[in-house]
Amino acid sequence: MPFIANTNAQQKEMLGAIGAGCIEDLFADIPARLRCGELDIPSGLSEQEVRNRLDALAKRNNVDYISFLGGGFYDHYIPAAVDAIVGRSEFYTAYTPYQPEISQGTLQAIYEYQSAICRLTGMETANASLYDGGTAICEAIMMAAHITDRKRIVIDDSVNPIYRKMVRSYTSNLGIELVEIPSRDGLPDPDAIQAALDERTAALVLQTPNFFGCVADGSNLSARIHEHGGLSIISTYPLALGILRPPGESGADIAVAEGQSLGLALSFGGPYLGVLTTRKKFARKMPGRIAGRTTDTQGREGFVLTLQAREQHIRREKATSNICTNQALCALTSLVYLSLLGKEGLPEVAKVCADKAAYARKRLLQVPGVSLQFPAERPFFNEFVLRLPMAADKVIRRLFLRGIAAGFPLGRYWPEMDNCLLLAVTEKRTKEEIDFLAHALEAIL
Amino acid sequence: MKTLYDKSIPGRRATRPVESGVPVESSLPTALLRNQAAALPELSELDVVRHFTGLSRLNFGVDTGFYPLGSCTMKYNPKLAEVASRNPGFAALHPLLPQLSGGEIMVQGALAVLYAMDRILSEIAGMAKFTLQPLAGAHGELTGVLIIAAYHKDRGNRKKTMLIPDSAHGTNPASAAIAGFKVKTVPSTEDGLLDIDALAALLDDVVAGLMLTCPNTLGLSNPKIREIAERMHAVDGLVYGDGANLNALLGRCRPGDLGFDVVHINLHKTFATPHGGGGPGAGPVGVAEKLIPYLPVSVVSERPDGTYYLEYDRPKSIGYMSPFYGNFGIILRAYTYLLMVGREGLPRISGNAVLNANYVLARLRPHFEYPVKNSQPCKHECVLSAARQAKAGVRALDIAKALIDYGFHPPTIYFPLTVKECLMIEPTETESKETLDAFCDAMIAIARLAEEAPESLRETPRTTPVSRLDEVKAARELDVAAS
Repeated sequence: MPFIANTNAQQKEMLGAIGAGCIEDLFADIPARLRCGELDIPSGLSEQEVRNRLDALAKRNNVDYISFLGGGFYDHYIPAAVDAIVGRSEFYTAYTPYQPEISQGTLQAIYEYQSAICRLTGMETANASLYDGGTAICEAIMMAAHITDRKRIVIDDSVNPIYRKMVRSYTSNLGIELVEIPSRDGLPDPDAIQAALDERTAALVLQTPNFFGCVADGSNLSARIHEHGGLSIISTYPLALGILRPPGESGADIAVAEGQSLGLALSFGGPYLGVLTTRKKFARKMPGRIAGRTTDTQGREGFVLTLQAREQHIRREKATSNICTNQALCALTSLVYLSLLGKEGLPEVAKVCADKAAYARKRLLQVPGVSLQFPAERPFFNEFVLRLPMAADKVIRRLFLRGIAAGFPLGRYWPEMDNCLLLAVTEKRTKEEIDFLAHALEAIL
Repeated sequence: MKTLYDKSIPGRRATRPVESGVPVESSLPTALLRNQAAALPELSELDVVRHFTGLSRLNFGVDTGFYPLGSCTMKYNPKLAEVASRNPGFAALHPLLPQLSGGEIMVQGALAVLYAMDRILSEIAGMAKFTLQPLAGAHGELTGVLIIAAYHKDRGNRKKTMLIPDSAHGTNPASAAIAGFKVKTVPSTEDGLLDIDALAALLDDVVAGLMLTCPNTLGLSNPKIREIAERMHAVDGLVYGDGANLNALLGRCRPGDLGFDVVHINLHKTFATPHGGGGPGAGPVGVAEKLIPYLPVSVVSERPDGTYYLEYDRPKSIGYMSPFYGNFGIILRAYTYLLMVGREGLPRISGNAVLNANYVLARLRPHFEYPVKNSQPCKHECVLSAARQAKAGVRALDIAKALIDYGFHPPTIYFPLTVKECLMIEPTETESKETLDAFCDAMIAIARLAEEAPESLRETPRTTPVSRLDEVKAARELDVAAS
C-alpha cells in the first residue's frame, strides 16, 4: 500500500494537462541504461500482516527482566500524559517552524523547553537541536574551539566512554588535539588535570555524575581551566539535577546532557535528545536552532527561530555547525515530562532514585565477596560500582537466567576493571526487587 | 498564548510522588546539592494537557493540510508506524543489552529490523551496505564525508577539497568543513544543471570528492550523471549523493548504478517517518563495496544460523557517529512503511510524486516565471520564481504568507539560492488531484492579486493567531528563555 490517492482516471487527466502520454514519459530524461529493473525486496503487505510481523519481531526482544542497567540511559517512569500529548499529530507531522504564523505551537514549546532547561541547569541559554548527549559533547567541543580559537581539549576519562569515542570520530580531521586524563578512584584527578591544562587548551570536559555514578564537584576544576582562559564543559544527567547542584553553579560555560531521562523511551538507542546550554554571551556561537520571543505587526507576543545568520543555509561552510535538525519532538517530550513532574515532583523522583540506590548499595555489600571499587565516601546519585569476586560478565550472564539485568561490566572499557559491575537504580525498582537481586547474587557467587 | 510559567501556581502539582519504600536515605553532601528547587512549572495534569493541546492547535502539520515544502518530502505518515514504535518490545529495549554477555539473544528482534533495513536500503539505493547510525540527514552527510576522508587517508592520497554545486543544500558545505575539507563551489548552467566544463576545470590531484543532490534542488535529474561520476573517478575523487530527493527515483533508478560511491537517505522524507516539528529524523548512509571497511562501528551481521550480532572489530572504521545503532524508533517506522509499500509500491510512489509535481508546474507555469531554461520534465518538485510579481512589489515571502490564508502550508522559499524569489514546491505522491487543484487555484488567485491589488498581500496572513513577526527584534533583543 503506497498511500497514493489519485485514481487511474485522475492520473490520465493530469497527464493530459501536462501533455504527457504516460507516467513513464516523465522519466524520459533518465537514460534507459541507468534504469533498474524490479528490485529484490519483499512484496507489499496489508496493515494487518505488517502489524503481526512487527508484533512477532517485538516478541523476539526480551524486555521482561528487572533492570539495573544504566550507563547513561535510564529506565525511568514516564507519566501517561506525556505520550497523550506528544502523540498529537499537529506536533509530530509538522516540520521545522519556517513559517512562524502557523507554527506557534512548536515555537512556543521550544521556547518553554529552553526556559525549563536553563532553570534546571542554571545556565542562561539553551537550544533544542542536538541529536543526543554524545553529539552534544562533540558540538560543545567544536563551539569551544571556535570561541577560544584554540585546538586542544582535555577530557576526563570518567566521561561516558562511548561519547569519548564519538568525540574522536568527530574531531579526527579538525586538527584538534584530544588529551584524555585517567580518573583517580572514581573521580577526575585534579592534579593530573591541572598539569594537563595550558594556554593552548580550549576546554576541559567533565561529566557529573560521571560514568561510574560518582558526583564530582566541578567548581574547582572549572576555576582551573578559567585561569588558563579556556572553557569548562560539563556533561550531566538532567533528572539528577532535581536535587544536584546544577552545572551553572559549578562554573560551566557550556553544559550538555543526554535528555533521555526526561520522559523519553529507551527505544534501543534513539531517538534521544541532546541538551546544550551556555552563557548568554556565547549564544551566537551555539549550533542549531534557537527559538526567541518577539512581537508581531500588531504588537502581539509570538515566537520565531532566531539568530539564523549563524546557520548553514546562510553561512554554508562558515556556519557554526552543520546541524539543521531541531530535535523538537524529543524536546517537547521532555518539556511535557518536566511540566508534569513540576517544581516539587522532579526533586522527589530524583531523591527516590538516590535513596533506592543508597539502599541497594548497602544491601548488596552484605553479599559475601562483594565490595566497593571506589572509596565508600565517594558521593553517588543513583549508580555505583561493585567489585565482584569473579568477572562481571559471568555474573551478568548468570543473573539474566534469573530475570535480572544486573548492570554494565566496566571491563568492556576499562580492562583492569574486569570484575567491576556498574548498577543503576531508578524510581521504578522496588525494595523487593533489590532484595531479590541480592539473594540471586548471593546464590551465584 | 501564555507560557507554562505564566500559568504556574505555587503549590499546585500534577503527579503524586512514588514512595521510596526503603529504610535508607541517600547521604549526598550539601555542597553537591541544589540550594533551591529549579523553578519548573507548578500545574495540574489538566493544566498541562490543556496547555499543550492549545499549543498543538496553533500548529500546521501534514495531518492538518497540504504541506508542499520543497526538498522536505512532507508525505503522509502512516499511523501503524506510530503504533509499532510504541510497542514495549521495542520501546523499552535498553541499547546496552547487546553489549552484555548473554544480552545479544535478548535483542534479536531489534537486530533483525536493523539488518533487514540495511538490506532493503542497499537494494533500493544500489549500494553494497548501509550504516543506520546517522541521526539526521546532515549527520549522514558528515558520516559520508568522514568516510571519504578515511578512504583517501588509507590510500595515502593527499586530498583537500570537496566540490559542491551552487544549488546544494547549505548543510553540504557545512558538513564538508567539519570533515576538514576546503569547499569549492561548482556553478550551474542556465539549464539548472551542474556545469560540467566548470567541474572539469576544478579537477586536480587534491579533489577528494563531489557532493551532488540527485535529482538536484531544482527538481531536475542530470542526464550526464554517469559522465560526471566517471570524471570524478578518473582523479580518484568520490561522488557523494545527497539523498534528500530520493523520492523521485524510487524503484526506477538507483544512485549506486548512477555512479555514486556514498549516499545518505533521509528516512523522514522518503520513507514517511514524521518530521516531528524538525526532528528526530534519521540519515542512514550507504556505500559502495570499496568503502565498507570505513563504515562506523558497530555493524549488524547475520550468522549462518540466522541469528544476528554486532561487529565492533573494524580497524579502518571512522569510529562512532552515534552511541548505538541510530535512531532505532525512526528506523522501525521506516521499516513498517517499507513492509506495507513493498517492491511494487516503490515505482508507483516515484511515478505519482513526479506526476503531481509536473501537474502543479503545468498549471502554474503560465502565472509564474519558470527560472530554468530546460525542457526536461521536473522530478519530485518544481521551482518557480516570483520575479514577475516582485516587479509589482510582491515578493516570494508575500506569496507564501498569502497562501496561509488559503489554508495551505507555503512552499520552501528563497532556496535554492541560485533562483531569485524562489518558490520550491514538492507536492509528494500522497496528495490527491483535488488538493493540488485547490492549491493551484489559490496560487493563481494570488498571482492575480499581485497584479490587481499588490498591497493587499503585504499584510497577509490575516487568519492566524499572530501576524508577521519581527525577526530583527528577536535577534537584537534576544529573549530565549522566560525570566
